[in-house]
This record gives sequence, C-alpha cells and structure tokens, in this order.
Amino acid sequence: MKDHLPTNESRRSFLKATGHLMIGFNLLPLSFCQTKAEQTEIPPYAGVPLRATIDNKLVDSWIRLDAAGHLTVLSGKQELGQGIKIALIQIAAEELDITPERCHIINSDTGQTPNEGFTAGSNSVEGSGSAIRQAAAEARQYLLKMAAQKWNIAPESLQVIDGTIKSPSGEKISYWELLDGKFIEEKISGEAPLKAPKNYKYVGQPLQRDDILKLVNGESHFVHDLKMPGMVHARILHPPSYQDKLQSIDLSEVKALPGVLKVIQNGSFLAIVAEREYQAIKARNLMEAAAVWDKKGIQVAQNQLLEDIQKESGQPEEVMASEGIEQIITSSALNHQAEYFRPYHMHASIGPSCAVALWEENLLTVWTATQGVYPVRNTLSDLFSIDAEKIRCIGVPGSGCYGHNGADDVSGEAALIAREMPGVHVRLQWMRDDEHKWEPYGTSMAFRLSAGIDSDGNLLAWDSAVWSDSHSTRPDGRAGSFVSARHLDPPIEFRKGGWSGGSHRNGVPEYTFKAKQLHLFDYQGPLRTSSLRGLGAYANTFAMECFLDELIRKSDNDPVAFRIKNLEDPRARAVLEELEKNTNWKSRAKTANNGFGIAYARYKNATSYFAVLAEVEIDRQAKNYRLKKLTGVIDSGLTINPDGLKNQTEGGMIQSASWTMMEEVNFDQNGVTSTDWNSYPILRMVDVPEVEVHIIDRPETKPMGAGEAAMGPVAAAIANAVFDATGSRIRNLPIKPEKIDWSKV
Amino acid sequence: MPRDITLHVNGKSQTISADPEEPLLYILRAEFDLKGAKFGCGLQQCGACMVLEGNSAQPTCLRPCASFENTQITTLEGLAKSDKLHPIQQAFIETQAAQCGYCLNGMIISAVALLQKNSSPSDLEIREGLNQVLCRCGTHARFIKAVKLASEKINSEL
Repeated sequence: MKDHLPTNESRRSFLKATGHLMIGFNLLPLSFCQTKAEQTEIPPYAGVPLRATIDNKLVDSWIRLDAAGHLTVLSGKQELGQGIKIALIQIAAEELDITPERCHIINSDTGQTPNEGFTAGSNSVEGSGSAIRQAAAEARQYLLKMAAQKWNIAPESLQVIDGTIKSPSGEKISYWELLDGKFIEEKISGEAPLKAPKNYKYVGQPLQRDDILKLVNGESHFVHDLKMPGMVHARILHPPSYQDKLQSIDLSEVKALPGVLKVIQNGSFLAIVAEREYQAIKARNLMEAAAVWDKKGIQVAQNQLLEDIQKESGQPEEVMASEGIEQIITSSALNHQAEYFRPYHMHASIGPSCAVALWEENLLTVWTATQGVYPVRNTLSDLFSIDAEKIRCIGVPGSGCYGHNGADDVSGEAALIAREMPGVHVRLQWMRDDEHKWEPYGTSMAFRLSAGIDSDGNLLAWDSAVWSDSHSTRPDGRAGSFVSARHLDPPIEFRKGGWSGGSHRNGVPEYTFKAKQLHLFDYQGPLRTSSLRGLGAYANTFAMECFLDELIRKSDNDPVAFRIKNLEDPRARAVLEELEKNTNWKSRAKTANNGFGIAYARYKNATSYFAVLAEVEIDRQAKNYRLKKLTGVIDSGLTINPDGLKNQTEGGMIQSASWTMMEEVNFDQNGVTSTDWNSYPILRMVDVPEVEVHIIDRPETKPMGAGEAAMGPVAAAIANAVFDATGSRIRNLPIKPEKIDWSKV
Repeated sequence: MPRDITLHVNGKSQTISADPEEPLLYILRAEFDLKGAKFGCGLQQCGACMVLEGNSAQPTCLRPCASFENTQITTLEGLAKSDKLHPIQQAFIETQAAQCGYCLNGMIISAVALLQKNSSPSDLEIREGLNQVLCRCGTHARFIKAVKLASEKINSEL
C-alpha cells in the first residue's frame, strides 16, 4: 500500500473540512455514560471531540482528559467479548490514579483511534495495554510537572488521589482543572516512571464490565443493532461454491417484488437492497431460485482429505532442522511414530456477519465488526481505488468472531452495495448459510510425529512433519482478500501470503529433547481458510501432547511427573504442579468407567502457560462418552482482571471441547454442506463440561495474552482422557464416539 | 399483502401495518425498535431471537407476526420493572455471565421461562431449560451459575 498520510495538521483539517469527522458521532455509548454517572457523583460524560489520530507516539493518541472530570482511553483494539475495554481502562486508571468510574474507552475507529493493526494473537493487553500504560504514565508526569510549576515545588513531592493533585502544604488541583480540555500533545518518551505493581489498586481486581448491563437490558450494542436515518437493508446471494460462476439470471420478478429498491449484478456478485429486512430476504430467496450457475464444485473428496494433504507435499520449509535426527530416532531404545489429523473447523459466530456502509460523494464510511479497522480501510482503498483518507471504518462490536470470520467480507460487500445507493445507509447482514459456507475456516492439518527415548528415560529426539494451509488471509490492503471481490467482473483474484508462522505455532516441543526438527509442508486445500483462535497452535498442541501421552504410556510414566521432569522452565512446571495439587491428581478416582487426560502448552512457546486435566465418563451400553470436567491452570504473568481472565479461559476450554469432540466442516463435490447448526452442530448446554480455572498471578512479570492458551491443551487432554478410559487412541479429530473401538473397552 | 396487525409487547398494544407472514423478529427490531432479540439463524436452531409468549420462551425468526396477535409478548427490554432489573438480569451482571453477549437474549429469556415454571431448578434442569440457545464463546458455565443465583434471589424474595 502506498502511504497517503498527509502531514498531521493537514490531515486533521482535511477530515474536518470534508465533514467526514462528524459521521457517526452519535455512536457514543450514551447509556454507558449515564450508567456511570448514576453510580457516582461524577458529572455526565459527553464524550470527547472527534479528533483524528496522527501518531501513536503522542499521549493524546491514547489518553484524553476532558474538562468535566473524565478520562477517555483510545485503543485501536476491538472489543470482541474478551473484556478488553475494562482491562485497558484498569491499566490507564492505575497509572493516572483515577477511579475507573471516571474512565471511558473508544475502540477501533480510523477517524480517531491509533492504528494497532488487528485485534489478534491474544496481543491486546501486551500491545495496546503496554502503549496505554506508557501514555498514561507520561500524562501523569506531564500533569504533575504542570502543577509543580504552578506551585513552584518539586513534582516528586506531589500525590494524586482520583485525579486530584495535592501538595504537601495542602494545595489541590485536579487534572481536569489543569488541562481545561486541552490535549496533551507530548511525545511518549518511554521514560515516565511506571507505578510499581505492589502499589496497584485497580490492576489485578475483578472489576465488572459495563457492557454487560447494556446487554442484559437489550440495548443497542452490536453492529447488527445500528439504526441510521433512512437506512435500507441488503442481502447478498453468494455462489453455491467457491469457483462457481453465474451463467444467467432473470431478475425481472425480483425487481418487481414489493419494497425492492435495487438489484445488483456484477459478474457473479448478486445483491439486493430493500426497504425492509424481510423484503430483502424474500428477494434473496427468489434470486436464489432464479440463478443458474456454472458449477465447478469442489474437487477433493472429504474422505480423501488426509491423503490429499500428504500428497500435496512439495518442498518443505525447514522451520527447525537437525541433521541425522531420523537415525537417532530409529536407533533409540524406545521409538515411536504416529500421524494426527485435524479437519476444517468453523468460527461459527452465533450472529451472522453484518456491516453498515454509506457513500457520501467520494467519502465512504463503514461501520464494521472487523478485528482491524485500519487494514480493512486499506483493503477498501484498494477495492475502490480511492485514497484511504477518504474512508472511515468505525469499529462496532459484532457477535464473537474468534478470529477472521465473515466480518471483513461483509464490510467490503456492504461498501460495494452502498456504492449503488449514494447517500443512503445500507445495512448488509449475512444469512446463516452465508456465514457457515463462506467464512474462512481454520484449516485442516496433518502431522507425522516421531520421537526417541533412551533406556534411562532421556529424551533424545523429536521430529515433526506438519502439513497446513494458510492461517492468515486477513484483508491486508489487497482487495482480493474480500471474498466477493473474486466474484466481480473482472474478478479480483486472491493470492495467499507467504507467512507460515501460524502453521508451525507450538510445533516445536518445549520438552528437553536433545534434538528437534520441524518440516512444514504448504497445503493448498479445497476450502477457504484463515485465522481461527490459536491458529496452528490448536492442532500442533493436540498432536504433540497426545503423542507425548503415547510416549508416556509406552515408557510407563506418570503424565504429570513426566512433563514436570522434562520441562526446564519453572513457570511451566508450576502450572502442572498447581494442577496436580488442585485436582488431587495422585489420588484421582480411576474406575472402569472413567478416564483422565493431562496436557500442557505455553502458547506460541512464548506467552501464557496452561495445563489442563480432562475427565471423561463412558457409557459402554450406549457406546458413548461424556466430557465431565475440565480443570485448568493458567499463568499469564501479571493479571489485569482475574475475572476476565477466568471468563476467557473458561470460554476457550468449552469452545475447544466443542471443536475437538464434535466439529468438522463437511463438503461434497457441490460445495460445503455444513450450512446451519444441524449440519454443523456445536456443543449445547446439556453437553458442556463443568469447568474450573485457577490462576497463577505473577504481578512482578509482564502481562501476556491469554485468550488462545487453552485451545490446544484442552483438545489433547480430552483425547488422552478418552484413551485412559477406553484404550482407543483417536488421532483423527473430531473425537466422535464411533471412532472408539468399543469391542476392546 | 400488508394489513393491520395488533401486537401486545411489553404491556403495550400497538397496531402496525405489516405483511402478516413477516416473522415477528423483524417487526420487533424495526417497528418497535427493540434490539434485544437477535437474528442468529432464521431456522429456529439457535435461540438468539427468543421472546416470552405468555410464560413460554419462543423463537421469533420464522413464526409469522400475525400468529402472535392475541398473545402477550415480553422481550428482554420488558423484563426490568420501573428501572429495577429482573433478578435474572441482576444475576447475569453479578456473575459477569457474558463474553460477546450475542446469545444473552436467548439465555435470559429462556431462564425467565424456566424459573417461572420451576423456581428451584437443578443443574440438569437449568441445562435443559437453556438448551435451545447456542453460545459460541463458551460462557455456559457462567449462565448456569447465573440462573442458580437468580433462583436464590427469587426464592429469598418470596
């Protein structure tokens, strides 16, 4: 992408002059503000003036103090249900010594928040949190200096209580009085003193999220809920499958339907705009019946997927090489090889993707639930060949996405449709089958693992071969990343990027194998793929921790003791020791009808540590099993909000259990056949396990991303528990009861 | 063809002109500006669109609005009484039972229906009572906890 960024002041005046800054200003969460004001003596919050962000290095880009007595934090990270708003507020409130009730946050808006790329990789607390902490500390230092100058005393002698600076002789002035609404345009030097964790008042506390009050009252919260003056409703008709092209369509009946305002056909891109949502749905149904497609379907048969993956080998990437490792393994006293497989998994958001778009002259505004407002803006800029500065992407929460779902695609499509309806807010919502069939899945993967251990139990060698399609096809400035751009005439083709880090994430064991090797084979699979929670770490950890369990069984070791013995990092050992203690592992009540499985991983081999115990119960008669309980221990360093950390970890555990036990995207020669919740079932209330999460808080260490840590270990722990209960080693996800050899149980 | 349809929503009656076949969900969200009930699947599979019809939790994404004409509809927005939250809403806040929150409408509406029938449900009865509603974030354990807490609140008020 070309960088069109004009100079700072000209950028602000450009936005102001075009009136572009005012669009969507009514989106300030007023109810949220009123709620806070009701609880305290703090004056009502009126929001902050819209001001374009110009440089992530300025305090003003992250921290705003108004004249009335509020702090507004700006973050380029989106609230996805992970509770990032309250966590970032806690961090800012802490450094500035302001009660959190005075604090508000604006997330993800190219018109005003910093560019922080994508809200992904469990990176928000580490990235945005760290920037906000630095900015808040800088602001505090700046304000203390101002007060010190005013009173002609040393800033070190001052103290702050809820935003009011006090001198030793009793003088007082608040941040808000000092600034009187002016911005702090200081550079963040990175040298402002940070508060010592032992003095924390808000960080580390289970503060409640404000948005839950809105949610329980049914207040407008999601992008789906936006209501704009004169807004109209769009639906899109995607082709039956990826490569299918529109042969012909008679649109005359569709155009004649009541309420239909516009029928759009551009190549194989078909969309409808109507006054009412239901009219748009009816028109889409009619359009579906009228469309004649040139069907290319899907060439790979689902039951041949594993063979297809391993056939498409090509030259592997040597992620880690160790010469002669094959020889070491085959000559080891204990050596073993096994193959593991993961099918395609869906994000499967409960609310189908939705966006609102508005073209006014040559300015485009999109209200979007994307994880990256700036990357989407750049991609829209490429799609429409207009300057990125003429596009504003305003982040609004969507239904939980867990990675790259349809949120970006629907934003691109809404903009394409709205271009045909100048001056009108167009709301596009996908139907259920759009979401199920067109979201980019977590890719299918295959693994061939081999390892050798000597007769004294020393870990000699571990060799992994991994096959994977891409885990990252997010919109990054190239229009082809939007799925519908490929259906336009002329089509804008898609090229996947070269980044393979997602594929071998957690692929190299932390265990003390003397030699380690990992070869990665790039697979071009039949289905569209991108980032799903944990990327390759989910299946790499599943395969690794199951294979390790195989080695442990073969060498007659204890699953907890073996891991502790062969991990060098004391924090890794600590989560396992804590798990052992909390679950009474050594005195577990093993019966003929249950099984226990252990797994551990440090996410990305670099962030949160997570160990988990799964307990399953089997029913021989029904040839079925049930996941009874998951107990996890997590160490994410400094805990910002322990309840938020628990909530996300519980969620990750349950979601992973659902992927692992029951999920796979089905397809046949005509396309994806998992089109709804019956054809792609997920865990329901009656089947979810009991979950228990323990936190090891380490205030003296940096906070680390936590939202994806549970995914892989939970998968392996369930498989290991099923083996413990049944003797069947299921290496091919999902772990459906029919894969268990019940004759041997 | 559109005709006059009278709906009783959250204690108020309103007559609108609508296609009688139009599912109630779209009417609630557009005409009544009630955003609590959500579109999830349009197939009565996920429960995101639940409302109370009398005391029963019912999906609204497929059923024609005309079929609700002679019933009392309560939406999520109608649960709080004179600014006092329903004990279930209160319990969801106290247990912080939400991640993305998209399924919350279905969960809360189902929980209200459940507790009206059975004010002291067991774990299993709670699971069964909320089973129609899908949650993808994995907040289920908290929903169970919230319903238990609400049950305690309701029983202590009796």
